[in-house]
Amino acid sequence: MTASPPLVEFRRVSKSFGDVRAVDAVSFSIFRGEFFSLLGPSGCGKTTTLRLLAGFEAPDPDGGEVRIDGAVVNARRPYERPIGMVFQSYALFPHLSVERNVAFGLEQHKVPRAEIPGRVERALELVRLAPGTFARRRPHQLSGGQRQRVALARALVLEPEILLLDEPLGALDLKLRKEMQLELKALNRELAMTFVYVTHDQEEALTMSDRIAVMSEARVAQLGTPAEIYENPRTEFVAGFIGEVNLFQGRAAGQGGGGAGGTWTVVPTSGPAFQVPHQAAFEEGAPVRIAVRPEWLDLHRPGEVPAGENAVPGVIREVVYLGETMHVVVTLASGAVVRVALRNEGQLLKPLPWRRGDAALVAWRPEDCQVLEAD
Amino acid sequence: MAGARRRLLSWFARRPAAGAWALLGPGLAWLTLFFAVPLAVLFGYSLMHRGTYGGVAPGFTLEHYRRFLDPLYLVVAGRTLWIALATTALCLLLGYPVAYAIARAGRWRNALLLLVVLPFWTSFLVRTYAMIVLLRDSGVINAVLLGLGLTSAPLDLLYTPGAVLAGLVYGYLPFMILPIYASLERLDLALLDAAEALGARAPARFWRVTLPLSLPGVAAGSLLVFIPALGAFLTPDLLGGAKTMMLGNLVQNQFGAARDWPFGAAISFALMGVVFVALLVWLRVRDAGEAA
Amino acid sequence: MTRRLPRALVHLVGAIFVCLHLPVAVLVLYSFNASRYAAGWSGVTLEWYRRLLDRPDILRALRLSLEVASLSTILATLLGTLVALGLARGRFRGRSVTEGGLYLPIVTPEIIVGVAMLILFAALRVPLGVGTIVVAHVAFNIPFVAVVVLARLRGMDRSLEEAALVLGADEATAFRRVTLPLLAPGVLAGALLAFTLSLDDFVITFFVSGPGSTTLPVLVYSMVRRGIEPTINAVSAVLVFVTTLTIVAAERLAARRA
Repeated sequence: MTASPPLVEFRRVSKSFGDVRAVDAVSFSIFRGEFFSLLGPSGCGKTTTLRLLAGFEAPDPDGGEVRIDGAVVNARRPYERPIGMVFQSYALFPHLSVERNVAFGLEQHKVPRAEIPGRVERALELVRLAPGTFARRRPHQLSGGQRQRVALARALVLEPEILLLDEPLGALDLKLRKEMQLELKALNRELAMTFVYVTHDQEEALTMSDRIAVMSEARVAQLGTPAEIYENPRTEFVAGFIGEVNLFQGRAAGQGGGGAGGTWTVVPTSGPAFQVPHQAAFEEGAPVRIAVRPEWLDLHRPGEVPAGENAVPGVIREVVYLGETMHVVVTLASGAVVRVALRNEGQLLKPLPWRRGDAALVAWRPEDCQVLEAD
Repeated sequence: MAGARRRLLSWFARRPAAGAWALLGPGLAWLTLFFAVPLAVLFGYSLMHRGTYGGVAPGFTLEHYRRFLDPLYLVVAGRTLWIALATTALCLLLGYPVAYAIARAGRWRNALLLLVVLPFWTSFLVRTYAMIVLLRDSGVINAVLLGLGLTSAPLDLLYTPGAVLAGLVYGYLPFMILPIYASLERLDLALLDAAEALGARAPARFWRVTLPLSLPGVAAGSLLVFIPALGAFLTPDLLGGAKTMMLGNLVQNQFGAARDWPFGAAISFALMGVVFVALLVWLRVRDAGEAA
Repeated sequence: MTRRLPRALVHLVGAIFVCLHLPVAVLVLYSFNASRYAAGWSGVTLEWYRRLLDRPDILRALRLSLEVASLSTILATLLGTLVALGLARGRFRGRSVTEGGLYLPIVTPEIIVGVAMLILFAALRVPLGVGTIVVAHVAFNIPFVAVVVLARLRGMDRSLEEAALVLGADEATAFRRVTLPLLAPGVLAGALLAFTLSLDDFVITFFVSGPGSTTLPVLVYSMVRRGIEPTINAVSAVLVFVTTLTIVAAERLAARRA
């Protein structure tokens, strides 16, 4: 992203509510200008982490440091931090008009009166709300999408260093949500403002983020770019939470088998052995879990597997039409069920040659195996 | 100045408990001083000797509580309990249909609720007096009956247990209606549709779905009627005459003509005992309902 | 899907509503009855209302009731609102117990409360008068105000206050510019309810008022004890009228959106 020092740093930050650890020794850095997402299921601690950054919660007494621009801000109140925030419920002041809502922060920061109307107008235009039409309206007279934009304008007008967004698109319908995702990404680029985004929607996180922190049970499970998270998931949780995945278990059974960089042979609980890229941590006999995404799998007739690829026999259980792709659900000899994603080149003109009940070999290259760490 | 304010706010913000107690302090202090403490003193008095010129004289004694166990007073206690229970039952019988109707009333809901709330807030004294106007020998009801030729002499409506009961039901009916309404309003109508789809007809839907789910409201309403009815003093005083003395009147006597404060205090606490039992029962019912 | 209510139910409920309002309606009606001894109706008159003006004791009692109600309302609203704020926004141990304890004054029979306060004042050798009445009224009104304001506070979106904090307002400013304006209708509704309760209270006031401090309900009681006279109808009607106005205003405020 950038070589400059991070704008935000969490150093082993912990936060407990009574006996419950909501955030457990979490560490990460956020760089200036990046679009950083906190992704995870309900209860994983992502919202608490955001609130720790905002200043609504303070870390536990021995619970690490939150730093902004190098300074420790644990004790600082939200109004003492260079942040703006868009809330899940938008939190527009119902007793104030749109323009008074947007002007609120400017008034609090003692911006000269003469400047305020101009800045409000520009902020509204930035979020594509015509000031003439909307300035005087009250929140209850706006649609969900419009309210969301006002909430955004109200935060942006202050030109904060960091913009926090707490699942802001959840209440919008799908089409609007996708539009807003692109708009937010554009704003992040144009304004060169750091965005910290909380969501449980993995597709949303992949679409918008420069980097994603996947959280589970109060910890960061993996931190990386969308590509890293998707293509090299480190744990079973991350692999399963983002996109679909097929899992295999087995034991490491010795090196060898050829292939670039060396491979290990893994003997699964049942079925033929397959080759997996060499991992420094491998030991003879140690349990191994690997993840393979459906799109990395391919189907072949028995005997037609390309050399060097892993192959497991199975029987086709279901062919699922998904529009863009076709998913073929295959029951392996071991009883496990895997999904193979194949491109749909048009079932009407060029249908797949697979039918329920066909015998097939599920094949993939050794380098497409993602070896998982213990959760 | 602004800095000092910020520092003060930060101090409170970091100690949510301190901030809360600062807010609660004055109000709770007032309530403690003028509600909790008086009750404690009352309890203390119930255990002390009666003073020669009214008031109390030092010395611990249980004689007042023992005196309360005299059949003379137990009759009053029994009558009070019986009237309170009857009032609660009648309020339930009359109040539930009203609450039910309002919950189903759609657009008329707010207007109807206002109509129920108005008497709720009107002076109890005025409403009790209004009953006198109705029930007297020369009151409205008798006038109408005589005028229509249905009776030849005024009926003795006032100064009877019936009058007290009527006065109490009339006075406390809104206390029953509102909680039941609140309970019914929260009822998900889809549950009734589901029950109907499963073969339940209207009576079954009421007994097996609506009524059980409205029990919290029924329990709350019953409590809100039973307790004040137990402590009723004005109603039996104005509508009841000598034959229908309740514990409230007994207490008032001790603090009035009889000048036996400790005895009055003891009766009050006996009454409180029943109130506590009622509260406990209500809590049990409520928790059982929530666990279900 | 609207369901039709059974005819019988509608009739029953209608009858109950009539019974609920009949006594007071009759009372108000008869306050205009020219016939002195109730029963028969002999024409409309404002005589009884006019006579009120000739009764200094009634006017004094009315004035005292209004003064006591105003004063106790102000105090109770202030203290009750603070209590509600503490309960709604505070995070501390024993919160639910405190909240439960708040309901205790509401549930305790009035006669016990009245008698207990009488004893307290006697023990402290405080003479019974306007002061003791106000003190007592504030005490029983605090829980009512607190409950009303608490309900409104709990219905408020907490992120509104947090949004104000992020926009640069400190806690006090956020309260002043966001919480208070949104809370105002609820506080006002609570105040009006407290006013009504204070104005109409009899039992507790009966025990804590002294010879020189007779409120209107206490006066009405002694008038009723002495014997029925038509002026009582007029006084009661006045009380009902004031109460009704206040309650309707409170309902309007409580229902209003900010």
